[in-house]
Amino acid sequence: MKIQVLLFGIARDIVGSSQLSLSHDGALDVKTFKQILKDKYPKMSHLSYFKVAVNQEFAKDDRVLNEGDEIALIPPVSGGSF
Amino acid sequence: MSDLIHITNDILEVEKIVSLVSHPELGGISVFIGAVRNRTQGKNVVRLEYEAYEPMAVAEMTRICNRLKEQWSDARVAIHHRVGILTVGEAAVVIAVATPHRDHAFAACKFAIDTLKETVPIWKKEVFEDGEVWVAAHP
Repeated sequence: MKIQVLLFGIARDIVGSSQLSLSHDGALDVKTFKQILKDKYPKMSHLSYFKVAVNQEFAKDDRVLNEGDEIALIPPVSGGSF
Repeated sequence: MSDLIHITNDILEVEKIVSLVSHPELGGISVFIGAVRNRTQGKNVVRLEYEAYEPMAVAEMTRICNRLKEQWSDARVAIHHRVGILTVGEAAVVIAVATPHRDHAFAACKFAIDTLKETVPIWKKEVFEDGEVWVAAHP
């Protein structure tokens, strides 16, 4: 299975690109996906948190990712003002 | 994106946003303006750079408006957020809420900005004279 991941903010800086392709054998849930990213990009572990959005909604750890899903990494948000 | 929920590179026009929610039956209008502050932790801010995951940010802002209307059913609400490069004093976000009376307008407006800061995928980078930092990224 191959998925495309959108990256924003500090996650984009850490990876060095605004998109990431990832191949995985078998089913992949959000929890495992996050661990793969932390292993590959150790700086992800230093963030306060990062969430995963699937099809523009926050996804829980047990959500299974499918090819064709719109997947995005959501590092700590800071919209609004102070 | 409706008129009420909007993400834009352009300067936010407060009166225009207020006019979107004003209604003869709604006598209390509360407006929150989040503006770029000149100092953070003792350092001078040169500019802020806002970035949005736009389709999801619009979806989350819509969810906020829907939740707000579940609690304050007669409210009208508009949320406009700016992205791109902003300088000190400029408005980054404007939220206008109109309700029949003032108490609900204040409470609903606070709910909207507090929730926006938690859930809407918009990020801001503070640029100082001697460096830059993504706000809230690290503990």
